[in-house]
Amino acid sequence: MKKMLTLLLSAGLAATATQAISGPKEDLEKFRTHFEQRFPGIQLDDFGNGPYALDANKRLQWEDMEEFPPYDVYVDKGREIWETPFKNGKSFASCFGKDASKVRPKYPHWDKAAGKVVTLEGDINKCLKANGEKPFGWKKGKIAHLGAYLGYEARGKKLNVVIPNDPKALQAYEEGKRFFYAKRGQLNVACADCHVYYPGQRVRGQLLSTALGQPTHFPVFRAKWAKKGKGDGMGTLHRRYGGCNKQVRARPFKAQSKEYRNLEFFHTYMSNGLEINAPGYRE
Amino acid sequence: MTKLTQRLGDTATALALCTGLVFSAQAGAADLEAGKKIAFDRTKGNCLACHHIEGGKVAGNIAPPLLAMKSRFPDKAKLRAQIWDATVANPNSIMPPMGRHRILSEKEIDLVTDFIHSL
Ligand code: HEC
Ligand code: HEC
Repeated sequence: MKKMLTLLLSAGLAATATQAISGPKEDLEKFRTHFEQRFPGIQLDDFGNGPYALDANKRLQWEDMEEFPPYDVYVDKGREIWETPFKNGKSFASCFGKDASKVRPKYPHWDKAAGKVVTLEGDINKCLKANGEKPFGWKKGKIAHLGAYLGYEARGKKLNVVIPNDPKALQAYEEGKRFFYAKRGQLNVACADCHVYYPGQRVRGQLLSTALGQPTHFPVFRAKWAKKGKGDGMGTLHRRYGGCNKQVRARPFKAQSKEYRNLEFFHTYMSNGLEINAPGYRE
Repeated sequence: MTKLTQRLGDTATALALCTGLVFSAQAGAADLEAGKKIAFDRTKGNCLACHHIEGGKVAGNIAPPLLAMKSRFPDKAKLRAQIWDATVANPNSIMPPMGRHRILSEKEIDLVTDFIHSL
């Protein structure tokens, strides 16, 4: 009970105080200004390069890596998945349209009829099921390969999440925002603590990236995810959310849970106008 | 405790004794070493995640380096309170509340406090 109370106090109050006075547009302006003032001289799109935008040495190593990026093979696998017909003869194009470059920029979006935030991964599995195919796993493997291809095809297009003036959509946005700013886990740390208040600084050896620009390059190839037992290196945004929740000893939510979809809605909206540069490489 | 106070007939002495029990004025070398271990251990205090501390490897730079602590915290109880719950001094602190969230036990916090105070 006591713990509940502290959680409510630390998380709830701070969020409601700001909630009443600002809408998405004002939030975005403040968010942008914060990073522009904190990192003068960094171009908006460069925030999409995470820690590599903030540290010259890391940037050099990363640029070397980008000569022969380890995600290339997964972009190819994703293309194959996109092009291979289902057993019924149709393919992903029957759900998403023929132009693969136009898919990624539509996500995430508010689905008025369903009353929920829809993600790319959600629609990939919806498409598979509608065509009598087995859905992919949510966090890595084929779903990330297809995502990598669709991201690659959409490179250079801008993130443009729309928060419609619909009370339910605004509520989903507010929930995502609250999640982002709430202290969480045994360690009592919020997403914003690490990625708004201390980016550019190091936790142990790791340079923290800005929340601005994080959603531009997912799915991502992460060297750490290419180690034994972790998969082939590729992972979705929700996989990363789970990892960051675990770091503060909070129980992660399920990938594609309402909590993470709403978080993605807020988090991606905050990066509106930045170029998609998926898939990214991270150490 | 009440008995002891009565026997001594002097509350001041009893209080002195009492604090003496919690914070031994001079922590032994073994205790300091134990405190250091807890402070550095990633699964325990992990203070190095954010603070530079003499002798620690791969320290983060989110927080002020922990040095000259006796001049910063002449009162060891205040240092312990900061470690026990950093959100009292700064409600928005990123520093985990080691005691309030039971990240460390009371005994472990005593050991870490002694070690940090010795820096
Ligand atoms: C204790 C610190 C900490 C907290 C709290 C934290 N993260 Fe992270 N996060 C990191 C570190 C360290 C990395 C790896 C370096 C980087 O890219 O910032 C990272 C990486 C990420 C990435 C990948 C960025 C990229 O460019 O590939 C995303 C996305 C992310 N965090 C989102 C979140 C969200 C959302 C939350 C809250 C649910 C959160 N983080 C909470 C420390 C944290
Ligand atoms: C996730 C980051 C983080 C971790 C882990 C952390 N601290 Fe801190 N600590 C801070 C920050 C940031 C401050 C600065 C004050 C504030 O913002 O609360 C601070 C302040 C302090 C201060 C006060 C310094 C002063 O001069 O006022 C002490 C003492 C301290 N920390 C000790 C510790 C000890 C001991 C541990 C480990 C058991 C620890 N910290 C772990 C982030 C951290």
